Amino acid sequence: VNLEFLIGQVFNGVSYGALLFLLAGGLSLIFGMMRIVNMTHGSYYLLGGYVALTVMWGGAPFIVGILAAALAIAVIGIGEWNAFLKRLSGQELGQVLTTMGFALIFQDLGLVLWGGDPQTIKIPASLSGSWEIGQLFFPVYRVFIVGVAAAIALVLWLVLEKTRLGAMMRATVDDPEMARGVGINVFLISMGVFAMGALLAAVAGVVAGGFVGVYPGADFEILPYAFVVVIVGGMGSLKGALVGSLLVGLLDNFGKALFPELSYFTLFAPMAMILAVRPTGLFGRA
Amino acid sequence: MISVPRGTGRATAIVVAAILLGAPPLLAPYMLSLVTQALIWAMLAMSLDLILGYTGLASLGHAAYLGLGAYSVGILTTRHGANFWVTLAVGILLAALGAAIFGLVALRATGVYFLMITLALGMVVWGLAHRWVSLTAGDNGIASVPRPRGLPWAFTDTLSFYYLVLVAFAVAFVVLWTIVHSPFGKTLVGIRESESRMRTLGYHVWLHKYVGFVIAGAAGGFAGVFWAYYNGFVSPADAELATSVEILLMVALGGRGTLYGPALGAAVIVLLKNVVSVYTHRWLLILGAVYIGTIVYAPEGIVGLLRDRLKERGRVA
Repeated sequence: VNLEFLIGQVFNGVSYGALLFLLAGGLSLIFGMMRIVNMTHGSYYLLGGYVALTVMWGGAPFIVGILAAALAIAVIGIGEWNAFLKRLSGQELGQVLTTMGFALIFQDLGLVLWGGDPQTIKIPASLSGSWEIGQLFFPVYRVFIVGVAAAIALVLWLVLEKTRLGAMMRATVDDPEMARGVGINVFLISMGVFAMGALLAAVAGVVAGGFVGVYPGADFEILPYAFVVVIVGGMGSLKGALVGSLLVGLLDNFGKALFPELSYFTLFAPMAMILAVRPTGLFGRA
Repeated sequence: MISVPRGTGRATAIVVAAILLGAPPLLAPYMLSLVTQALIWAMLAMSLDLILGYTGLASLGHAAYLGLGAYSVGILTTRHGANFWVTLAVGILLAALGAAIFGLVALRATGVYFLMITLALGMVVWGLAHRWVSLTAGDNGIASVPRPRGLPWAFTDTLSFYYLVLVAFAVAFVVLWTIVHSPFGKTLVGIRESESRMRTLGYHVWLHKYVGFVIAGAAGGFAGVFWAYYNGFVSPADAELATSVEILLMVALGGRGTLYGPALGAAVIVLLKNVVSVYTHRWLLILGAVYIGTIVYAPEGIVGLLRDRLKERGRVA
């Protein structure tokens, strides 16, 4: 194990972690605020990629693809939450099965509308290529992902910690009944958070489409990762989602590079160990 | 409790048993193989119900025990020529061991946290099946698993294999039935209803949950053994997340907290899946609708619907 290998793997792990943060940050808030177990989150990621792909086939630039995907998936998320999920608070089994039903329906619709072949989202020329430092190559696109994730983390943090809206959101996470009591519109806040989670998952899907592609099955492939990030970091904690994403990104990368046969084991087993010590995750509150 | 004529349950049970015993020789081999499959999934659903329905803990990792049982058979028969009894013992023990380890981690939590932790633990087993290629053959799976060896019968044809699975189902049902009707089972129900009350009454809540969790895992492994022999093929799909959720669906669709409910739910899903996929490729769409419809229209499952119907009739009369 030499230094180049180490830096390269750390970079790959961090950039994968950044992608996971986009996916799991919103999921964590959804968990924390509404205790909704959302199996559809991976579908938002996949459908986001497909929407962007379709828009870009029509000639739209990359950024329009991202915005279109974000908007479309936020609308789908709001619809799903309004029609079904808001009535299922506190019923984990009902949530799991309902959202799983949606996940299967979206999976099949994806197959009908976009076929079974893997697709790649074309990234802008300015984001392709790589920076060369000594013997090391840093693909610009991966640096871009880290940048996007950092920017979104910063915005989310500012909104949550420094604004009135953020205070209302935190109040809703901590004690929805009390929040309702002091006049916070818990309904609107919850819907907004759910939409935002879906939106971020869609953005993650588009961004991921640029380097791993958009393909059937990506939804259920990424979903466990998002869950693990949330569990390890602690539900409802932004800091937890950030730390969890980086941890999972790095563990996944080093696991696959060093112990290919045991790679998922090296990812999920340490997670289980963390949970054995802290059942609410690193930064979660019971 | 409910104003059902006395003996209805027993009469239904006798009729069902008679059909399961007598009808198969009249069925076409394809139908018979579907019924066999339904019985195996029924065992899985009943085993999950022990922790979901009776103890109130929704596990998202139950397919792990199916996988452990199935891989025991796959690996031991194809590489070591093991006989049926060896694979059965190893399959059950391995699943019980897995549950014993997972339970230590998962039972520290409840509700959503329990769900998420069991998901991560289930992924550990799936990850090993998927990636530990030298042992599990990875995504290619282990093919040509033979029919059980070392038994007085060869069980090569559909009918005799059906009866083997029926015996296994009967054993699983009787064992689980005995457990849920024992003082231990009643304690689990008590814990489901109010953990704090049971603790105050002096019950060791954690230990009861843990033992229930391990028994459920072992029973899942038992079903997994027969699944491998039935399919002749073992792959990571047996242990994947979607399979775990499907077992949850079977329990919820049939009716939690009753053993015959989950068995019925399993049969409905297996038959639906195979029959519908003959007519349309859009099977996932329909399965998705079944998931949502179960929660919207039958949150207490088919058994719950029937019970409500009977209750209403009782009130009218």
